[in-house]
Amino acid sequence: MNNTLVWTKKDLLGLEYLTKEEIELILSTADSFKEVSTREIKKVPALRGKTVVNLFYEPSTRTRVSFEVAAKRLSADVINIASETSSVKKGETLIDTGRNIQALKADIIVMRHNYSGAAVVLARNVDLSVVNAGDGWHEHPTQALLDIFTLKEKLGKISGLNVTIVGDIAHSRVARSNIWGLAKLGAHVTVCAPQVLIPPAIDELGVRVLHDIDAALKDADAVNVLRMQFERDEESAFPKQMEYFQNYGITQERLKKVKKNIVIMHPGPINRGIEMSSEVADGANSVILEQVTNGIAVRMAVLFLVAQARDNKSSQG
Amino acid sequence: MRDEGILIKHGRVIDPANKIDQVLDILVEDARISRVAKEIKVKADTVIEAKGKIVMPGLVDMHVHLREPGREDKETIETGTRASLKGGVTSLLAMPNTIPAIDSADNVKLIKEIIKKTAQVNVFISGAITKGRLGRELTDIARLKAEGVVAITDDGVSVDDETLFSEALKEAKVEDMLVVCHCEDKALSGKGVVNRGIVATRTGLRGISNESEFARVERDIRLAQKTGSRIHIAHVSCRESVEKIAQAKKEGIKVTAETCPHYFALSEECVLGYDTNFKMNPPLRSKDDVEAVKEGLKNGTIDAISSDHAPHTENEKDIEFDRAEFGVIGLQTELAVAISELVETKVLDWLTLAEKMSLNPAKILGINKGTLGEGQDADIIIIDPRKEWVVKKEGFLSRSKNSAFLGRSLKGVVTHTICSGNLCFTNGK
Repeated sequence: MNNTLVWTKKDLLGLEYLTKEEIELILSTADSFKEVSTREIKKVPALRGKTVVNLFYEPSTRTRVSFEVAAKRLSADVINIASETSSVKKGETLIDTGRNIQALKADIIVMRHNYSGAAVVLARNVDLSVVNAGDGWHEHPTQALLDIFTLKEKLGKISGLNVTIVGDIAHSRVARSNIWGLAKLGAHVTVCAPQVLIPPAIDELGVRVLHDIDAALKDADAVNVLRMQFERDEESAFPKQMEYFQNYGITQERLKKVKKNIVIMHPGPINRGIEMSSEVADGANSVILEQVTNGIAVRMAVLFLVAQARDNKSSQG
Repeated sequence: MRDEGILIKHGRVIDPANKIDQVLDILVEDARISRVAKEIKVKADTVIEAKGKIVMPGLVDMHVHLREPGREDKETIETGTRASLKGGVTSLLAMPNTIPAIDSADNVKLIKEIIKKTAQVNVFISGAITKGRLGRELTDIARLKAEGVVAITDDGVSVDDETLFSEALKEAKVEDMLVVCHCEDKALSGKGVVNRGIVATRTGLRGISNESEFARVERDIRLAQKTGSRIHIAHVSCRESVEKIAQAKKEGIKVTAETCPHYFALSEECVLGYDTNFKMNPPLRSKDDVEAVKEGLKNGTIDAISSDHAPHTENEKDIEFDRAEFGVIGLQTELAVAISELVETKVLDWLTLAEKMSLNPAKILGINKGTLGEGQDADIIIIDPRKEWVVKKEGFLSRSKNSAFLGRSLKGVVTHTICSGNLCFTNGK
């Protein structure tokens, strides 16, 4: 690691708020933590004595488990709070919940929330570190970081790559975080979806918008396939599942016409036969399980850096 | 020489009704303006030296939520009108979305009683268009009028049912009653909380399109034309609305319009930090819309500036953006924001500002206010136009503190408020 930059932010709220150098620092820190998970004793004492609280207002298994594994491999103590079983159900406000966790002398809150901006609001109101594990349609920074980490591992760089994001861009925090992160690192981003799933003015973020999947895959070095949440059909004009697979699903047939080494990513869980065929999901181009493994290293890096920033700040008085 | 009254000396008197903008003295006696002239030589109880200051008719704010009865935790008629005095507002129109709504003669009587006991300024009453503001059944407009109601509105919502709203307009015409329109097509705005556009996309918050506003402006203008009644479009926020109102005025349709300080002073970028003090309905719009609102003020399309003072408790604001209430307070900041953003920047001169904030709203409401003519009600404010101040929570007399201008430096301070001939408020010397 040869970074002169020192991480100073107590929180990780979104990639929009980070500089290119800060993103690179997380990636290089993750790189050094990746090896820990290959040891016989998968543990380092970096966060020994620290308490990480996973505060999840939305059901999540993979993100919560990934954060829990990451914290434990750093020797932190981990507490899980799910909103269904907590005082949140009894009407406690987000800020009160945060302050109570602070009063328990915890160090880091990892929060998943169904409302956009919830992590920003919480971070403003507590002194402990807040790591956004997904807020509404806003951001899911660690998912984008692990996507970018995986991509960099596969292709050696990010700058200059053509990356296509396919699926429900409008309601996707994964898409937003990826757009910010990839753009800051110099990739060319294309988003591809039916018009109803493209959010207004997205092109102002410097991305290309296409509705034709074959055109969107044509020069792509990588494609990130988003999960389609058909339970969202309260939002009007949501496409039907079969129609979506026919028009946007990633199949072997489609991959015949694109770059041979195209990297195929998916944040999971996959709807096989809707976003992509099983052959593609399990095929040679797919890095879906590597993403899961890399998620641990990336989250270890994030937890480590935000904790360090708070320690540095308090030691400086 | 008599020994009574208030004498305001050497102030720059701004009185658009009489096209006056010059240094004059004003004498107040028996709750009225008795003389406006150069160097009035009488002995008065109170002499206010106003050299270098602006002397204007007290503001007439035609869009204020006082919350009483029903939500006294947010505001009361007393606290809201104390805030008014400090902000230079001497007359206001109270919105009827209280609990209960002001939808019957009995409820008007109820609120009149509270006003009589506690109001510090002239409070005019608006009634609901439909019972319970539910958009299903019309109120008895004639009886509301008989009780003193000066306008009707379901503010907070639009009357979606076009037939019902047409009926309301016809009734209002018979009673010569002003109809104030909250223009929003809920089918289009849905669960939106911010302007539809790049900021909604960046924040991941649901958007509210300009169309949800201007489509309803268009409809209400069409119905006003059909029925021949007077309508007033509340809180105009976007370019297309301004254009539609300008066109309607050209066609001679009886429509007036207001905007609020946040729609000419702030734009959608403010919500990027999820600060709920920037959450209002309609939402803060794009910079282009802000320009259109300013142009509309300048060219006369927009007749009035009102606060849409909407107090909410901290519990209702200090939460996730989606869950927070819509609305901001404005009684104590509207004048200074208008001075800072419109007069200082030469969008409006002082005479036009007084027109938008005093004379025009009074005319629209058909109340005898907003002028400094001899014989008129003595509702007068004195302003130090150069004094800068920073908006702070502690400065609010309103029960709620949800201002979109907290922390902002503004120009222009009300130093004296005279309401009904009494010097009710002084700030500094």
